[in-house]
Amino acid sequence: MTALTSPLVRLRWTLTDGLTLVGRELGRLRQEPGQIIAALIFPVIMVVLFGYVFGSAIQVPDGGDYREYLMPGLFAMVTFSAVMGVMTRMATDASRGVMDRFRSMPMARLAVPFGQTGADLLTGLLMLAIMVVAGLLVGWQPHRGLIPTAQAFLLMIVLRYALSWVGVYVGLAVKNDQVADAMVPLGLPFTMLSNAFVPTDGMPGWLRFLADWNPVSTLTAASRELFGNPGAPSGNVAWPLAHPVTTVLLWSAALLVIFVPLSLRAYMRRGR
Amino acid sequence: MSDPIVIAEGLHKSFGGAHALRGLDLSVPGGTVCGVLGPNGAGKTTAVRILATLSDPDAGHARIAGYDVVREAGKVRERIGLAGQYAAVDEKLTGRGNLRMFGRLYHLPRRQAHRRADELLDRFGLMDAADRPVAGYSGGMRRRLDLITCLILRPDVLFLDEPTTGLDPRSRGEIWDSIRELVADGTTVLLTTQYLDEADHLADDIAVIDHGQVIATGTPDELKATIGDRLDVTLEDPAAMPEAATVLNTLAGTEPTTTDADRLTVALPATGLRLADIVRKLDHAGVAAADVSLRRPTLDEVFLRLTDHKEPVR
Ligand SMILES: Nc1ncnc2c1ncn2[C@@H]1O[C@H](COP(=O)(O)OP(=O)(O)OP(=O)(O)O)[C@@H](O)[C@H]1O
Ligand SMILES: [Mg+2]
Repeated sequence: MTALTSPLVRLRWTLTDGLTLVGRELGRLRQEPGQIIAALIFPVIMVVLFGYVFGSAIQVPDGGDYREYLMPGLFAMVTFSAVMGVMTRMATDASRGVMDRFRSMPMARLAVPFGQTGADLLTGLLMLAIMVVAGLLVGWQPHRGLIPTAQAFLLMIVLRYALSWVGVYVGLAVKNDQVADAMVPLGLPFTMLSNAFVPTDGMPGWLRFLADWNPVSTLTAASRELFGNPGAPSGNVAWPLAHPVTTVLLWSAALLVIFVPLSLRAYMRRGR
Repeated sequence: MSDPIVIAEGLHKSFGGAHALRGLDLSVPGGTVCGVLGPNGAGKTTAVRILATLSDPDAGHARIAGYDVVREAGKVRERIGLAGQYAAVDEKLTGRGNLRMFGRLYHLPRRQAHRRADELLDRFGLMDAADRPVAGYSGGMRRRLDLITCLILRPDVLFLDEPTTGLDPRSRGEIWDSIRELVADGTTVLLTTQYLDEADHLADDIAVIDHGQVIATGTPDELKATIGDRLDVTLEDPAAMPEAATVLNTLAGTEPTTTDADRLTVALPATGLRLADIVRKLDHAGVAAADVSLRRPTLDEVFLRLTDHKEPVR
C-alpha cells in the first residue's frame, strides 16, 4: 500500500499524480476531436474577423499594418483565456463529485491544483502555437530577433500560469459548473476593454484609464515592444504601459503570491 | 460477528445555525452491510462525508479500521471507497479511461492499473461500453462505473450514498448483485438509502436516523417486531366502516387507519391475537369482511412510524 509518509515520497507522488491529471486533460481532448478542431479554427476566425473586418476601419498609431498591430492583442486574449478554462474545469469537478472522489483517495492532495494548472499550460502552448501559425499566414512577424521574441513568449507563458491559479481559486469558490459556464462570457468585455484591438487614445478619459491599467493592455504592449510590432506605447503614457515587461512580471508574481496559497487553502479545506 | 470496523461516537456537525448531526453513534461489524435510513435532511450524507474524511466533525470522533478519520485521514483513505450521491466520474473520458486514471491515482503501476481496469470492466459487465465516453452512458451504467471505481484497490470499507436513487428496477437489481458480490469478498458496506426494500434486501443491520441522531437500530426483522404485526381488513360494504373501526380499536388498543374506502389497517400489540378470534369479533358486531389478513409490517411502516410518530397514510 502506498503511504504518503516521507516528504520525498510525498513530493514524488505529487508529481506523478499531477502528471496523471495532465494526462487526463489530454485524454479528454482525444475523446473530443471537435474541441481540437474548434481550437484550430478559432484563431483563424479571430485573425480574419479582426484583421480584415476591423482592420479596414482602424487607424494604427504609427501608420503600421493593422494585422501586425493585432497579433500581440490576440496572443494576450489567448493568454487570458486560461482563467475561464481552468475555472470551468475546476467547477465541473467540484459540482460533479469528482473532486470529492479525489479527496477521499490516498492521492497527493496538491496534485489536483498543480495538475490542473500544468494541463492548462500545455493547452496554452498548443493554442499559442496555432495562433503563431495563423499570424504568420496573414503577414505578422516578429522583427527584433530571436531573444526578444523568445522573451515575449516566455512572458505570455509566465502570466498564463499565474492566471490559471486565479481560475483554480474562482472555480473552487463557485463550485458549480453552471455558474462557471455563465461567467465565461464576462471574459470578452474584459479583453475588449484594452489596447488589444484598438488604440486607447480615442476612448473617453475614464474608459481609457481602465483600459490602460488593464493587464491585457500591459501584456499586449509588452509583446508589441518585444516583437517590434506597431503600436508599442511611447511618449506620455500610463505607468504600466511605459514599463510593460516589468509590469507583466509584477502582475504574475502578485497573482501567484495571492492565488496559490488561497487556492491551496480552498482545496484542502475540509469540514464543508 | 467480528469487531466493529466503523465506529462513530457522538458526532456533531452544524452548518451555520442548522444542526445536521447531533450526537450520532454508529458501529458496523466487519464484513456486514449496514443500512442507514432516514428522511431527507436527516444527516445521512453529512455522516458519510465525515466517515470518508471529506468533512470534519464539530465534536465526537470516528474510526475506520482503528484509524481516526480526522487525525489519520491518510490511513483511512487507503482503506475506503466512496460512491457519493452523484456519479463522480469524468464524463469526457471513456469508462476504461476513467478506471485507468483512478488506478494511477491510487498509485498502481501503469500496467497493473490497466489490467485492473479491464478486470473490473469485465466482471461488472461494462466491457462493451469500455471505449465509449461516459457522457453517453445510461444512468445505471454510470452508477456501476462509479461503484467499480471505488473497488480498484479492494477497499475494506465501502461507503455508498444512495447508490440506486433514480435507477430503474433492473439497474437497481444489478447494483444490488454487485454489492452482494463485494460483501461475499469480505468488504464492509455502509449504505444510505431512501428505499426501504433496498435496506431490507441488502442490510444485515439498519440504523434509522432522524434529525442527526440514531433513533433505532437492529436487523430488519427486529425493527419490524418493534411495531407489531399488522392486521388488514377489507369490508364487503364500506358503510360498515364505523363499526369495523370500533371493533379493531378495542382489539388492538389503537385507532385503525383507513387505507381505502373499504379497507382498514391497524398495528396489533406484540401479544399475538389469533385470526379466528378477530373474525369472530367482527362477525359479532355484524361487520361482513371480504378479507382479513395478518402480516408482518413492511419496513416502510416501521420507518414512517419511527420518523414521524404517525401511522402510515397510504
Ligand atoms: N454544505 C452544507 N451547508 C449547509 N447546510 C448543509 C450542508 N450540507 C448539509 N446541510 C444541512 O444539513 C442537514 C442534513 O443534510 P444531509 O445532506 O446530511 O441529509 P441527507 O440525510 O443526506 O438528506 P437526503 O436524503 O436529502 O440526501 C440538512 O438540513 C441540510 O440542509
Ligand atoms: Mg444525502
